[in-house]
Amino acid sequence: MVIDPHGHLAAKQRWHPVEFAFWFATLLPFVLIPTYLTLASQIAITAIFAVSLDLIMGYAGLVSLGHAAYFGLGAYTAGLIAKAGWGEPFSGLLLAAAASGLFGYVTAFIVTRVRHLALIMITLGIGLLLYEVANRESWLTGGNDGLQGVTMWPLFGRFDFDLYGYTAYAYALAVLLLVVLAARRLVHSPFGLSLRAIRENERRLPAIGVPSRARLRAVYTIAATIAGLAGGLLAQTTQFVSLGALSFERSAELVTILVIGGAGRLYGGVVGAIVYLVARDRLSGMNPQYWYFWIGLMLIGVVLFLPTGILGGLARLQRRMHTDDAHG
Amino acid sequence: MIAALRTIGLHKSFGSLVVAQNVAITLPQGARYALIGPNGAGKTTLINLITGALRPNSGQILLGEEEITALAPDLRVKRGVARTFQINALFPDLEPLEAVTLAVCERQGVASVWWRRLAGFRSAVDEAYEILASLNLGPVCRRATRDLAYGQQRLLEIALALATRPKVLLLDEPAAGVPRQEGGELFEAIANLSSDITVLFIEHDMEVVFRFASRVIVMVGGRLLLEGSPEEIAADPRVREVYLGRTRHG
Repeated sequence: MVIDPHGHLAAKQRWHPVEFAFWFATLLPFVLIPTYLTLASQIAITAIFAVSLDLIMGYAGLVSLGHAAYFGLGAYTAGLIAKAGWGEPFSGLLLAAAASGLFGYVTAFIVTRVRHLALIMITLGIGLLLYEVANRESWLTGGNDGLQGVTMWPLFGRFDFDLYGYTAYAYALAVLLLVVLAARRLVHSPFGLSLRAIRENERRLPAIGVPSRARLRAVYTIAATIAGLAGGLLAQTTQFVSLGALSFERSAELVTILVIGGAGRLYGGVVGAIVYLVARDRLSGMNPQYWYFWIGLMLIGVVLFLPTGILGGLARLQRRMHTDDAHG
Repeated sequence: MIAALRTIGLHKSFGSLVVAQNVAITLPQGARYALIGPNGAGKTTLINLITGALRPNSGQILLGEEEITALAPDLRVKRGVARTFQINALFPDLEPLEAVTLAVCERQGVASVWWRRLAGFRSAVDEAYEILASLNLGPVCRRATRDLAYGQQRLLEIALALATRPKVLLLDEPAAGVPRQEGGELFEAIANLSSDITVLFIEHDMEVVFRFASRVIVMVGGRLLLEGSPEEIAADPRVREVYLGRTRHG
């Protein structure tokens, strides 16, 4: 048997036709459902946030119940910059990401020291801490009333953030594309490989020379930066920031989204965001009070029948069809 | 000539339990040493001390002329001390090719690069494949590690250690749990390693020890009992009493 190790590794990272089809499909809302562009941009933002969590949870194996801390920090940073009079979107967004990244870098020193239940508690703690700080310092954040008076300048000085959300969706979609491109590079790089190895057997890594904690700190910082991007986008496109951006519910919802879509699969968070937010939109329209019931049911169903999420289930189906073909 | 590895007066205890007491060993460059002793003699503990998984209460560890007693485990690997584990400690979901490539990338200092694709690191991939092929793992290097036969997983343990290009290789019962026939093949592979690599292996099977070790170190109760050629060890009455007379393992 002749084996080509390069070809084998290169094949894993090649673009799949479905990926092209997916990115083409993301343009369809502009023409097919222009009244839903606001929802579409919420989905794109949530997808960015979910890709961020996937890097630490799906790839490196760090479960977090406080990821909204970095999302909310980005949201308030972007909102406050605009409120202070600098409404240029791109620079505001970069500063939001930088603020979250910096906070991520600092907190990573605590977060990566612990595992399992302690890790969940510490991330939860960081989330609660930041929430209450924002709640208390209402002179700055607007507290419970949210941050008002966020006014954005037009994108590229030309495209206003309109009521229908054309600009918002185009903006969020472009950032999502860039984030997925970067994350795609990352997960197929030697760095990404070391993250998967950490998830598989962290204690083995020092024996092959890998400083696993330093790697975890790096990916945590990257994930926090991307979460800040998502939060900043939300603040800029809705021109408002509520305490909900920092809430425990947002962190928990994000874990749900990733589990539904499929963790450790790059697009799992994107698929999860679409399914979850569309379902929420439909369900809350039908039954505004009790829609969490159906989300709960969906979560249980996915975990029981699709333990690797929707994408994991699809991959399994594809493999099965493939072997059936092979056996003719 | 400077020894490849030396320990001086290593001492380690957990509370009142002493697991290493004044352990001094010297491994000359290119040596093939066996470390034997009954269960609980402190053999794995010694490997843990040398690799940094445990910190000694006192004593020194020297790699060549450099003291590594206080160095972090991953930095010792970068200096050239590698080990394998008695119980497979692998990455079940990774392919052997990926796992060994990671170890090579780490040694080359490129494992924290996130902006370039793995397949782009051609020399690392080539080297990883060569190591795997040299241990007869070429044909299975693209399967998930969990799907490998047990003996192949034992070989992958060694492949991972070799990928760090060790000066000193510490093998903790490399053939543990492997049928005798396969165990022999595994030790052939170890015997064929470059003579630049200094090897210390823990092994219970005396036949294997006598066949592949140039010298033997005997440990009992956290101390060195004696060191000598296989013939000297086999003839020593103390060794017969504490070790050879007992039930054999593996």
